[in-house]
Amino acid sequence: MTTLDSSKEIQKNNSEVKETHEDFRMFGLITFLIADGMTFAGFFAAYLTYKAVNPLPDGAIYELELPIPTLNTILLLVSSATFHKAGKALLKDKNSDSQKWLFFTAFLGIIFLICQLFEYFHLPFGLTDNLFASTFYALTGFHGLHVTLGTLMILIIAWQSRINGGRLTSQNMFPLEAVELYWHFVDGIWVILFIILYLL
Amino acid sequence: MTISLDPQKTNNESLQPKGWLRYFSFSLDHKVIGIQYLVCGFLFYLIGGTLASAIRIELASPMSDFMPRDVYNQVLTLHGTIMIFLWIVPVVNGAFGNYLIPFYVGARDMAFPRLNAVAFWLIPPSGLMLVASYFVEGAAQAGWTAYPPLSITTPQSGQIIWILSVLLLGGSSIFGGINFIATIIKLRRPGLKLMQLPMYCWAMLGTSLLVVLSTPVLAGTLILLSFDIIAHTGFFNPVLGGNVVVYQHLFWFYSHPAVYIMVLPAFGLVSEILPVHARKPLFGYTTMVFSIMGIVVLGLVVWAHHMFTSGTPPWMRLFFTIATAFIAVPTGIKFFNWVATLWGGKISINSAMLFSCGFIINFVFGGITGVALAQVPFDIHVHDTYFVVAHFHYIVYGGTVFIIFSSIYHWFPKVTGKMLNEKLGILHFIITFIGFNLCFAPQHWLGLNGMPRRVAEYDPQFQFVNQISSLGALLMAISTIPFLINVFLSVRNGKNAGDNPWNALTPEWLTSSPPPVENWEGEAPLVEEPYGYGKEISEQK
Repeated sequence: MTTLDSSKEIQKNNSEVKETHEDFRMFGLITFLIADGMTFAGFFAAYLTYKAVNPLPDGAIYELELPIPTLNTILLLVSSATFHKAGKALLKDKNSDSQKWLFFTAFLGIIFLICQLFEYFHLPFGLTDNLFASTFYALTGFHGLHVTLGTLMILIIAWQSRINGGRLTSQNMFPLEAVELYWHFVDGIWVILFIILYLL
Repeated sequence: MTISLDPQKTNNESLQPKGWLRYFSFSLDHKVIGIQYLVCGFLFYLIGGTLASAIRIELASPMSDFMPRDVYNQVLTLHGTIMIFLWIVPVVNGAFGNYLIPFYVGARDMAFPRLNAVAFWLIPPSGLMLVASYFVEGAAQAGWTAYPPLSITTPQSGQIIWILSVLLLGGSSIFGGINFIATIIKLRRPGLKLMQLPMYCWAMLGTSLLVVLSTPVLAGTLILLSFDIIAHTGFFNPVLGGNVVVYQHLFWFYSHPAVYIMVLPAFGLVSEILPVHARKPLFGYTTMVFSIMGIVVLGLVVWAHHMFTSGTPPWMRLFFTIATAFIAVPTGIKFFNWVATLWGGKISINSAMLFSCGFIINFVFGGITGVALAQVPFDIHVHDTYFVVAHFHYIVYGGTVFIIFSSIYHWFPKVTGKMLNEKLGILHFIITFIGFNLCFAPQHWLGLNGMPRRVAEYDPQFQFVNQISSLGALLMAISTIPFLINVFLSVRNGKNAGDNPWNALTPEWLTSSPPPVENWEGEAPLVEEPYGYGKEISEQK
């Protein structure tokens, strides 16, 4: 077949001409986050519609305690800042500082998840009790899944930023930048969720 | 920061299978992936077509005698799901998009080749899973819309497999959409302006925006539905205080744009095919671009016209009727542009051209019934009748599938380097066109007279018209035979096509046939006027 012959020629051509293009992985990630945000938008729309048109049965509990979610909001907002610190440190080639900040961010994420689970176990309603309960668990659970994935990814890039032989350096910032953007996105979703679910 | 543009070599090229084996590998070449999408989609088209034939055999007689009623429900559910999610969406987006978009933007591959291969390889397993669900406890029975409470009360395992399968296919679709947006926006050859892109790029950009914005909503909805089925929550279960209309809103927020996800790429493809075979520039390029974007914006805000009988309040009916009627404007602009492209052209009557013209005729019918269905009083009269079935198939089969065949006839020489047989192609068109119209035109009458859809039995007074429709379906099934013979004969001993048999100007024809691995021998050509046909003649005047 002609393809095989010409592919060899192309290889030859390519070794002569080094072609490069700008890095658009971040562009792809932003597009993906828009898509992910639409999933949350669908959930929020469903929740608000239920709130507007579907009356809950008598005696259903839909008032939530605020201390834990408020603490969680603060945890996530602080973790966004610590993540930013990690990026700043890496940019100045201070890999060990960067790694410390990353571990601290992951730690905050884990505390968030523990608080979330603590709240789940102490809530007066279960998943199938009523429509509000189901929507509450679906929304916070889906967000918690995002936090879990984010924490795992932070631990992975913290591992990659180890000083000797790590992949994450000031020349290769993309893994950190990508996870950072994702983490800020998850924080932003939490703030919206906190306002809609707990405050409204 | 820059990264090396060598998607193939990072995968250790010496380990990549060669020849036909590469179509079964995790290849990163956009052309291989495009063909994988096309062949995989066509196999599922044959399965979905078999199911359609089973439906038409059942409906040839008023009684339910060919298969049990619950099997009939499974067959119509799988027919709809397979045709939409495994044939039309992957083929008009994935197959032609992957094959053509990198050529059109002057690139060597898609922006994210690995993501691209992942997106394709999600399709065969989820498709097989869907087909295999028939053998578990019976496949899903709730139609491709999976409306609760029906989808909650029918046997569970089939429905859950259906949800899982559609979620995977939605994921594949989203990955594809991200890739197309990045490729068209970011990977354009230097010097190529957006307004110089071939129209298919614009169509794919619009489609991918719809995919990225609306598919995740369907995914979220189906996750909630699976909670209802597995965990017995009450999101969509009225018995537990839930709300079925919320499901319909969320479902149609994806599934109405899904119609444009199926049709906009076809609009793009026909805009490539008509100028080549009419030897005239595409009429009204700028208006085409703006009408595509208009359809994208309007397509996101018309979903509730599927729900006029679901207790929608009057203001909602008014808004969605007006918004839906507005969509006819950009669509109409595109149709006038295509007719104006043909007007006074030097038209070659070949298979690609015939299928494109068949598309224009069929789609106008589908569009007219679409505007009619947007009117609330009329919609309430024909809701859930065969009128809707007829309208939908005029859009999706008469529209998109005709364009898929037209595109296969048009690009086959580029992909294989061989020409398809024109006589068999024209025979294929004639049988398909007659069969299609014979099958679906009578269904308008059936619907207006009140024959409900999705029911295995019907009033005996409709029998004669149903038999005409079934005869049309038989012709459509037969029409596949000359096509398959044509493809197999032409791949083996077709006439050599040369690099550019149609004397076309779009970039994919400026490389060899079949194209080399990274598309161009040297630098990608800069095509500033992809539709500059007949320029010299007009300058001589």
